[in-house]
Amino acid sequence: MPLETKPVTVNLGPQHPSTHGVFRMRVTFDGEEIVDVEPVFGYLHRGSEKLAEERTYSQIVTLTDRMDYVSSMLNNQAYTLAVEKLCDIVPSPRGVWLRMIASELQRIASHFVATGFLLQDLGALGTPLIYCMRERENILDLFEMLCGARITNSYLRPGGVFMDAPDVFWPALDRSLGDIEKSIDEIEEYLSGNEIIFSRTKGTAVLSSESLVNASITGPMLRASGVDWDLRHRNPYDFYSEVTFKRILHTASDNYARYWVRVQEMRESLKIISQCIKNIEPGPVRPSFDDVPRLVRPEPGDSYAAIEGSKGELGFYLVSDGGISPYRMHVRAPSLINLTLLREMLVGELFGDLFVIFGSVDLNMGEVDR
Amino acid sequence: MIGKGIPRGFIITLKNFFRSPVTVQYPDRKVSLFEYAKIHNKNIFKLFFSQPMLSIKISLGLISVPSSVEQSQRFRGNEFTFFEERCTACASCAKYCPLGIIEIVSVPGGFDAQEGESYKLDVFDIDIGRCMFCGLCVEACPYDALHMGTKFEKSTYVRDDLIITKEKLAESEKSPSSFYRPQFEKKKFDPFKDNIKDHYKAGRHEKPEYKELKKKWVDDR
Repeated sequence: MPLETKPVTVNLGPQHPSTHGVFRMRVTFDGEEIVDVEPVFGYLHRGSEKLAEERTYSQIVTLTDRMDYVSSMLNNQAYTLAVEKLCDIVPSPRGVWLRMIASELQRIASHFVATGFLLQDLGALGTPLIYCMRERENILDLFEMLCGARITNSYLRPGGVFMDAPDVFWPALDRSLGDIEKSIDEIEEYLSGNEIIFSRTKGTAVLSSESLVNASITGPMLRASGVDWDLRHRNPYDFYSEVTFKRILHTASDNYARYWVRVQEMRESLKIISQCIKNIEPGPVRPSFDDVPRLVRPEPGDSYAAIEGSKGELGFYLVSDGGISPYRMHVRAPSLINLTLLREMLVGELFGDLFVIFGSVDLNMGEVDR
Repeated sequence: MIGKGIPRGFIITLKNFFRSPVTVQYPDRKVSLFEYAKIHNKNIFKLFFSQPMLSIKISLGLISVPSSVEQSQRFRGNEFTFFEERCTACASCAKYCPLGIIEIVSVPGGFDAQEGESYKLDVFDIDIGRCMFCGLCVEACPYDALHMGTKFEKSTYVRDDLIITKEKLAESEKSPSSFYRPQFEKKKFDPFKDNIKDHYKAGRHEKPEYKELKKKWVDDR
C-alpha cells in the first residue's frame, strides 16, 4: 500500500546562510521534489535610483559601486558610458584603456566569486571557495593600487578615470596575470574533470535557448545555451572593437555549462587585458575641467548605455531635464532579469539541487533589490 | 575515465597544504625567537641568557607583537590630513560631498592690500560616522588643503566622537595618502614611514603656469 503524502511549504530565507544574501523563497516540496516556488524580493532595497535624483552626475558614481558590490568597476563603466552619451563627452584614450583593464579585472574577480560559491553550494565546504577568494585578493590589491579602495572603487569618472595608474601598478599587473592564469588552470584541473561535479551539475536545470531569449536573459547563462550574444562583440563600446577575443559558447544549457562558460571567459578576459597593455598610449586620463567640468549640465533628453557585465547586459537609463542631477535613473539589472526563469528551473528538481541552481545563476542581491 | 578526477583533486589540495599561508594575523601576530630579537634589535643569545623566562614563552608561542596590514599609497583611510593655512573656506568639499556631511562656517578674516579680502574657517566638521570614503572632497579641493589619510584604526566608543573637528584635524598625525595627489608619488613620499608637518612641503597637484593663465584669462578674452 503506497504511503499518502502531502506537499509541504517551507520558508527559505531571508537569513538562510546559503541563499546568496537576503533572498527569500516560499518553496513547496512533495517529498524531495520541488513543486512550486515563490520568490520574495526587496530585503536589501536602498532606493539607489531615487537617491540618484538628488545627486549630481559626478556624485552618482559612488552609488553605482554599491549596487552589484562584487563588480563595482563594471557598474562604474556602464554609468559613465551613459553620462558620456548624454553630455556628448569625448573620453580620453588613455582613460578608456585604463577602464577597460579595470573592468576586465573586475569580470575575472566576479567570475571567481561565482565559481567559488557554486562549489560551496555543491557541498565542497570551504576549500574551493577559499582558493577562489585567494586569487580574487590579488585583483583587489591591484584595485587598491589604482584607486585606494578594494570594493567600493569609484575609480571611473565621466570622460575617463580620475587618476593615472601608479608606477608600481604595471609590474604588479604583469605578475598577477601569470598568477591568475595558473590558478585558472588549477581550478580546471581539479574541478572540470571531477566526477562528483559531473554527476551533480550535468543535466540539472536545463533551459531551452528559446525560453532564455524570450525571458531576455543575457550573459553567461545565455551563452551556455549556444546563443552567440556578447555586447562586447555585438555592440562594441569603448575600444572593444580594437581587441580580439573568442566568444565562449556551450550548448548543454545546464549548470555545468554555465560554470564552464564562466571559467573559460576568465581566460578571454586575460587575453583582452594583455592586448590593452600593448595598446595603451601616454596622455591625459580625463578631459580637462574646461571641457568636462565637475558639475555637468546636459541638455534635456535621455540616454541608454549598456555593457556586457559579469552577469549579463548591464544598462543605465538616464533622463535629464537640463538640471545638475538626473530627472530619472533606471538600471537594467542583469541579476534581477536572470531570475525570471527561476520557477522553470527549479520545478521538478530535487531539494539538494536548489542552491546549486542558485549558484549557477550567479545573482547578487545588492543588484536585485538596488 | 571514472574515478580519475577525485584523486587528481586530492593531489592539488595536498600541494596547497604545503603553501605558505596568505592570511595575515591581525592585530597581533605570534613571532619566533629569532624574529623577536630582530624586531627589538637584540642579539639572540643575549636575549636568551638575560631573559630566559621570556624566551621560553616566545618559543611556546605565548607572546605576540602588533602586526600591520600591507596597504598601498593611495589607500583611502579615515584620518584626514588638513592644512588650515591653505584653506580659503571656499566650501568646494562641502558642495561636492555626495552625503553632505561636511559642515563649514566661515567668518571674514581680514584685509590684505595685495590679496584683498579673505575668509577664515570657524567650523570645519566632518562626520566620518556617515562618511563612505569616496574621496570626492579631496578631489574637489582646489588648494590641496584636504588629503585622505592612510590610517584606518580610529574607532571610538561614542558616536559623537566620530565627528572630527578642526582642532582634532590639526592635532592628528599628518601622513596623507597620495589619492588624487600625484605630487606625493612623484616625490616618492612614503606615508607609512614619514609624515608632513609643514604645509609648504606638501606641494600642489596642479599649478597652472603663468603662460596658460595669461592665455585663458587675458588673450582669449
